[in-house]
Amino acid sequence: MASPKSPYPYWFVLPAAVVFSVLFLVPTLASFWFSLTRWDLFSAQFIGLENYRQFFREPFLVQGLVNTLIYAVLTSGVKTVLGLLLAVLLTSGIWGQGVLRTVIFFPVLVSTIGVGITFSVLMHPTRGLINVVLATIGLHGPAWLTDPELALYSIVIVDVWKGIGLATVIYIAGLASISPEYYEAARIDGATRTQLFFRVTVPLVKPATVTVVTLSLISGLRSFDLIWAMTRGGPGFSSDVLASVIYKQYQAGFYGLSTAGNVILFALIAALILPLTAWFNRKEIEA
Amino acid sequence: MKMRSKTILAAAMLMLASGVANAGTTLSMLVDTNQESTAIIDALTKAYNAKNPDISFDIEQRPGGSEGDNMIKTRLATGEMSDIFQYNSGSLFQAIKPEQTLADLSDLKSQANILPVFKNVVTDASGHVRGIPAGPAMGGGIFYNRKVYADLGLKVPKTWAEFMENNAKIKAAGKVAVAQTYGDTWTSQLFVLADFYNVQAQAPNFAADYTANKAKYATTPAAGRGFEHLEEVFKGGFTNPDFGAAKFDDGMRMVASGEAAHYPMLTFGIGNVQQNNPDKVKDLGFFAQPGDDVSKNGLTVWMPSALYIPAQSKHIEEAKAFLDWAGSKEACELMAKVVPSGPYLVKDCQLPKDIPPAVADMLPYFEKDGMTAPALEFLSPIKGPALEQITVEVGSGIRSAKDAAALYDQDVEKQAKQLGLPNW
Repeated sequence: MASPKSPYPYWFVLPAAVVFSVLFLVPTLASFWFSLTRWDLFSAQFIGLENYRQFFREPFLVQGLVNTLIYAVLTSGVKTVLGLLLAVLLTSGIWGQGVLRTVIFFPVLVSTIGVGITFSVLMHPTRGLINVVLATIGLHGPAWLTDPELALYSIVIVDVWKGIGLATVIYIAGLASISPEYYEAARIDGATRTQLFFRVTVPLVKPATVTVVTLSLISGLRSFDLIWAMTRGGPGFSSDVLASVIYKQYQAGFYGLSTAGNVILFALIAALILPLTAWFNRKEIEA
Repeated sequence: MKMRSKTILAAAMLMLASGVANAGTTLSMLVDTNQESTAIIDALTKAYNAKNPDISFDIEQRPGGSEGDNMIKTRLATGEMSDIFQYNSGSLFQAIKPEQTLADLSDLKSQANILPVFKNVVTDASGHVRGIPAGPAMGGGIFYNRKVYADLGLKVPKTWAEFMENNAKIKAAGKVAVAQTYGDTWTSQLFVLADFYNVQAQAPNFAADYTANKAKYATTPAAGRGFEHLEEVFKGGFTNPDFGAAKFDDGMRMVASGEAAHYPMLTFGIGNVQQNNPDKVKDLGFFAQPGDDVSKNGLTVWMPSALYIPAQSKHIEEAKAFLDWAGSKEACELMAKVVPSGPYLVKDCQLPKDIPPAVADMLPYFEKDGMTAPALEFLSPIKGPALEQITVEVGSGIRSAKDAAALYDQDVEKQAKQLGLPNW
């Protein structure tokens, strides 16, 4: 049996293919090449895998990797849990629901760099608004961004504040697609509110959860702008993540080395996200 | 339509050919945001425009530090550099491939009057001079507040031990002894970089051996002292409580106002005080970073940044004419009037009579032979990119001085390999 012939000729794909190759495929392939060279923008000299060897010996690579994972898992986890709870709250018909939805979503629209700069002023250890307010009620606020133990977590808090709106909106859409009949049936069977939430809402909102987890995990893994605006990976190297380690190589003019780092970051994200989405998808088919 | 664009093209070509290219030329310039650079460029371009009304300037500002380095390299590599740009001399100048990217300025008339000590740091490997000085020489050392010193009866220290004694007395008097400002990470490097006079006084071959991969910070005691100084200041509890978040502006304000007694910095900080707290300039003093030996007290010196012309500029001739003038004694004295914060590098170029006290403190070092030494970045092309993060760690008590010196040796290796130096 011959497959039905498509009514459109193949060359229809040409415009999209050209744009895709020029803006994505060619740079990606070029970056694989440049990662094998010592490149100073003016000339490139082939040095084999030397950049990769150098990058893996980078003293803060391990800490950067650990920080990247902590950052991605924490931001993604908190956004998923809080996002779902907020979405349930904001679809429950409470007073001022529309206004609250807007308020929660608003930080998503603000520029990340702007948010970073604003919060680094608010979190100043002695003159920042947060610690000044804490001082009026007799608390001695911590050095949010300059304490090496705390800096990364302070950025996580800001990242969650900024990104929670998107998770909430995705969940609101997910909740809207659950048919009210399920709740009705469960209630007739005598389900409590907790049971309703865990037995009906959570399983049925799964497609939204998959989206929220995947999106926030990817953005957490490659997160850079907020960290750079707030601490530049500091104090010292204590809030460095993979992306900021790479950026610093680029800034120092080690273009080949930083390209090698980017190839590694690409591989890492692919290695984490591909199995995760495959796993989610399989579950979905089984469900 | 077609006819018209052809006419315009023809007219333009005619103008170029007949050499009236000067008619209303605008030279674009890229300058960093430091107050002193801005003031100097402003004065130079205004004066030149008054003399040559057909030349005007379009000045664009850029960030300093490694962000600025990156921007310069990218714009040179992509052919989008302004007609004239201001950038560091020394090791950073060597890193932008001057033989390929910059116009040759060796044949400018004014080069005859520019001091060789400056020409050396803007000369490429092939022996061509590529820059004109864009400011005074700077000292790296320690600003101090003259009022605090007078009130507490302190003397300017000649050894590190005396400096630490002063710090203890200042702390006992309830003042911040040493301002530190890691909110601008580059400021954390001063105790290490400005110690180089003392390093070379004890280990005269350090710069050459270091470049040849024979000497290391971790194994040369004199070189490791800078990291130890930073550690001692932190351990003594001499810094301001917000040292992790404070910035360069805060540091200069603190030492000028007497809130802090010391601030290790380059002398270009004087320009910051002149602009932000002009009435405090008289309270600001300066001394070289003291070492261990009182008989070997001297100043680590930085050469000023330079003005360069990219080889691909469309207005090379006009830009050269401007730079030729900028290198003259007349232009130099104009700069010295706006920014009198150190000796200029043009022959017979005089500083004005009423110089700030911090400059008066600095000049004697230049007057005697052997009292100054260039900073390491003018003797060796290698400077590790992570030094500022490492010094923040030492200055915040995260890492020990010993560890830091070893880590910095490792960091330096990357730069040496990138430059393709022998023995690395």
